[in-house]
Order: sequence, then C-alpha cells, then structure tokens
Amino acid sequence: MTAPLHDSGTATLEVPADQVPESAKITGRSPGRIAWNRLKKDKVALGGGIVVILLILVGILAPVLCALVGQDPDTFHTNLLDASLGIGTPAGSFGGMSSTHLLGIDPISGRDLFSRVVYGAQISLIVAFGSALLAVIIGVVAGMAAGFFGGWVDSVISRVMDILLAFPQLLFSIALLSVMPDKLFGLSGSGPRILVLIFVIGFFGWPYIGRIVRGQALSLREREFVEAARSLGGGSVHILFKELLPNLVAPILVYTTLMIPTNILNEAALSFLGVGVKPPTPSWGQMLSDSIQYYTVDPTYMVIPGLAIFITVLSFNLFGDGLRDALDPKGN
Amino acid sequence: MLLYILRRLLNVVVMLLVVATITFGIFFLVPLLQHTDPVMRYIGKNANPVAIAGIKVKLGLDKPVYEQFWLYLKGLVVGRDYANGNDVIHCPAPCFGISTQTQTPVWPTLLHDVTVTGSLAAGAAVLWLVFGVGTGVVSALRKRTAIDRVAMVTALAGVSLPVYFTGLAASALFVYNLGWLQPTNPDVTFTSDPGAWFQGMLLPWITLAFLFAATYARLTRATMLDVLGEDYIRTARAKGLPERTVIGKHAMRSTLTPIMTVFGMDLGGLLGGAILTENVFNLHGLGFDALNGITKNDLPMIMGVTLFAAFFIVMANLIVDLLYAVVDPRVRLA
Repeated sequence: MTAPLHDSGTATLEVPADQVPESAKITGRSPGRIAWNRLKKDKVALGGGIVVILLILVGILAPVLCALVGQDPDTFHTNLLDASLGIGTPAGSFGGMSSTHLLGIDPISGRDLFSRVVYGAQISLIVAFGSALLAVIIGVVAGMAAGFFGGWVDSVISRVMDILLAFPQLLFSIALLSVMPDKLFGLSGSGPRILVLIFVIGFFGWPYIGRIVRGQALSLREREFVEAARSLGGGSVHILFKELLPNLVAPILVYTTLMIPTNILNEAALSFLGVGVKPPTPSWGQMLSDSIQYYTVDPTYMVIPGLAIFITVLSFNLFGDGLRDALDPKGN
Repeated sequence: MLLYILRRLLNVVVMLLVVATITFGIFFLVPLLQHTDPVMRYIGKNANPVAIAGIKVKLGLDKPVYEQFWLYLKGLVVGRDYANGNDVIHCPAPCFGISTQTQTPVWPTLLHDVTVTGSLAAGAAVLWLVFGVGTGVVSALRKRTAIDRVAMVTALAGVSLPVYFTGLAASALFVYNLGWLQPTNPDVTFTSDPGAWFQGMLLPWITLAFLFAATYARLTRATMLDVLGEDYIRTARAKGLPERTVIGKHAMRSTLTPIMTVFGMDLGGLLGGAILTENVFNLHGLGFDALNGITKNDLPMIMGVTLFAAFFIVMANLIVDLLYAVVDPRVRLA
C-alpha cells in the first residue's frame, strides 16, 4: 500500500515506507481479524475459550488421563467403602478423596469418580457437538430456503418450526428415548443410545437456529450483491451457498457456540431422568440422579458431577457471549 | 382485531390437530418398533385368547389405524364409551384414553395433577418475573457498578446451572444440613394444610425460578440499555420529566415488550423445567405422570400428558399474541 508511485510527478512528496510513523499506516483488516482482535481483549471470553479447549482435550484424551492416574471407570473398589454405616458410602472424608482417587469414589460400587467424570465429559461433548452439528445443518438449509424462496416454501418451513417449538420437547424426547430399542443398525452397547440422543436433541434444536437464519436470509436477499449475482446468471443454489452463506457465518457460529451448552444441559437432563446413555457408561446426569439416594450422607457424589456440568456450560456460555460481542458489526 | 383473533384461533386448531396426529402416529408406531401388541399392556401375558380378543374389541384396537385416530379425536371432543357387549367403560369428554395401569380414563388424573404443576409453574413465574426483571432494571440503571457486576455474574451462573443440581444442592443445604425446611411431602395440598404446602413448595419455586430469573435479568438489562440510548428518552429528559417518569413510564414500556414475547415462548420450556423440578422434589404433577407412564409403559398416559401440555403451550402463545396485538397495533396487520 505504501509502494512509491513512479511517473506520477509527485516524487518530491514521497516518503520512504520505513519513515512513515507507525500510527499513520493504514492497514486493511478483514472482518475476521477485527473480531479476533476484539476477542483477544475480552479476557473473560478468552478464559472461557481456554477452558472449552481444555475440556475438549480432556474428552479426547480420556483413556490417556485415566491411564496416567492408573484408574479406569468400571473397576469396583468395594474395599474402600465404609462398612460400619452399612449403606455403602465411601470411607474417609469428601467422598473418599485420596491421592489414588483424586475425586473420590462412588457409593455402593466404589468406582473411581475422576475416571467417570472424565469419560462423562467425552459422552457429554460427543452428544452436544453431534446434535449441534445436526441442528445447524437442518436449521441453516431450512432457514435459508425459507428466507430466500419465500412464498409457500417459507409458509411450510415456518409452520413446521412453529409446531416444533410448541411441542413439549423434553416430554417428547423422554417418550421417544424410552421406547428406542437398545440395538440399532446392528450396533450395540452405548453407540445406538448416543446416536439416538444426538438425533433427538438435534431435531428439537434446529428451529431455533432456523428462525435466526431465516430472518437474516430474508433481509439479505433484497441486497444489491444478490441482485448482481442473479443478473450475472447465478442460479439459486449458487446464490444460496456462495453469496448468502458466507454472510451468515457469523450468526451461525455464535448460535452454535451458544447451542452447545443447552445441548449439554439437555443430555444431562435426559440421563438424569434415566433415558440417556445406559449404565455402566458414565454420564454426568446419571451420576446426579444416582446421588439423590445418597446426598444426605455423601454430598460429594452430588457436587462433583454438578460442578462438572456447571463449569462446562459456564465456559461455553462465556466464550459464546464474547464471540457474539466480537462479531457484532455495531460493537467497537 | 376480530379478524386477527379468528385467524389466530384457526391457527391454534390446526396446530393442535398436527400435534395430535404426530403424537398418535408415534405412539401407534411404538408398539410396532417394540414388537409388542398394545393390548398386552392392558392384560397379563398369560391371559386366554378369548379375553385378549374381548379387550381388543372393547378398546377398539381391532379397528384400522385411521378409524382409531378418528375415534380418539372424537373422544377428545364428545367423550367415548369403550364397550364390548355389556362390559362398558364410560369415558366422558375430554377423553384422553384409558390408562393401561388402572384401566380407568386418563383425564381425571391429568386434571388432578395439573393443579400441582400449575401451582409450581405459577409461583415460579411470579418469582422470576419480579426478581428477574427487577434485577435487570437495577443492573441497567447502575451500569458498570459493583451491584451490576454481582448481579450479572450471578445471572450467568444461574443460566449455567441445571435445575436438577440446584434443586438437590438447595435441599441438601436447607433441609438436611441447616434444617430450616421440611422435605416436600407430595400428599400435602393447599386445601389440606396451607402452611405446610407453602413451606414445601418454597424450594421448588425458588429452584425453578432461579434458572428463568437469570435469563430474564440478562435480557432485561440488555433491552433496557438499548432503550435508554434512544432519542425519545433524551427528549423526555430534556423536557424536564422526573427520572422516575422517564424510566417507569417511557423506558419500561419498550423494555417489557420483548420480555412478553420471550415469556410466551418460555412456557414450553417451563414444562420441561417443571418435569425435572417435580422429579427432584418428589411432587406428583404432570411430569411425574409422564415419567411414571414411561416406566410403566402406559402409552395413553404419556400421550395424554403430551397433548394436554401442547394445548397449554399453544393457548399461552395465543394469549401472548393477543396481548401483543393490544400493545402494538401493527401486529394485527401482519
């Protein structure tokens, strides 16, 4: 940008690039760069983001972490339970926390809670990300189609979204999950359950993102660049995916980040009610639901999965809020 | 306005029909997925074939699916008699079917338990509207002060805490450790012992309200700040109106409109929250019926709760829409 202009006749006014004061340099910044600079300044959001990355690593590295502390989520340690009380609560204070069992053990079976929380993170994040992806795909395609084509397409899609939003969702998810067979598509174990959870949560989640995308598409389609693309002979598919979609990336990104914590809460709620992943596969919601029987004698067993959910959801919320502020074109 | 109301009412009817169709469709398909005959839910596995056939005829399960659906819809409006010869179960309108557990109509149970869910939801709604909106307004007016920061951090924590954790933690603390409150007894009703009932409902109300209050505080603060930046607020101040009138009369009206919309939409989620709260505090409301129906495989009960709940959500949205049309005349034309 500061390259000297030859043959311009104003050579005497030229200042060599290295003598221009730093503040006078005008550099072009892409919207992505602006957002990143804003996000870097938002310490709270950045902190949330770091915790999110750590949690994802914990989920991926669950087997490694468990091997490091020498524990696994399924081995019983009944010798560590308090025999004197006769109700199977862990011996020792704080739910049997020790250097070998960092977060203590669970009542009755004495399984290591650290490994169960770590594997619980894996399940929770797989379901949350999977269902967010599903919701985003359906929501974006349906929302763009509704907003862009208008007319009867819009009427049908909007009506479907209205109906889904009027559904008692949790109730319906419970009913659907409770009748799902444990074997599906030749898969057994916790696999089919996780797939069904992703499907159910994603299916009820898409109207939220669909509504936002529809609204954006509705206003974007009147803009000049869309008209220009059309006059140059661009087809509907080209305009939808090459012209509209890049302009929708920011809101989609923000709402996906904010949808993940909701999905984590939904997964935990379904597991809490006993229709999520089946034991012995560890899940935070299921641990909380187990803890109802023991929370008067072993409150640690309730606090640990509760805190796990809280920290995860909170950091996603903090990061999502920061991302929204950073990507807001009206912000400064 | 009349035309608008009529159009919205038609919309409600269509919506409920669709929900009923989907619900019925799924619950008709479920036995197929499970490879079970629905009639077996009503009668023991070792019953003789004559008795099975008799119940099938009585409940109309021998008829084709579209006829069963029609009879179900008709039963909702005018009631229905399940009959096989002299063996009759009378199911007055609105007939939501016969429970497989008790062999009696589902409706009386729904009608009884909706009062529990209703009082839980209503109490929580009052709490969260007062505290949520109140906190939001105070936060917006005292922007960037200590009060604002504490309120917003609490609100963010509130959005991130699941009801089933706050509920458990609250009862562990207040009921078992501090002993301030008695555990909630599901058999105590408002009419049998108002004092004990109120005391038992206190924690469920606060737990359920906390989650929503947090969302409302955040929303109110953001909206209020937007509104306070508007020109007409500056005009009102420039005219020399007292600050109380500017905030209470001019700013509040615009702030409350989006909150009303969200309130209407939240009633659907409220039922979800109520199911979880009922579960934590052992209250026998609609959520309890649904979960109980699921463990006992009582499909008519689950279907009844789903439809009944959908009816409430749709009606609540209708009321919000109508209120909206009263406040903002432009809506009527849309």
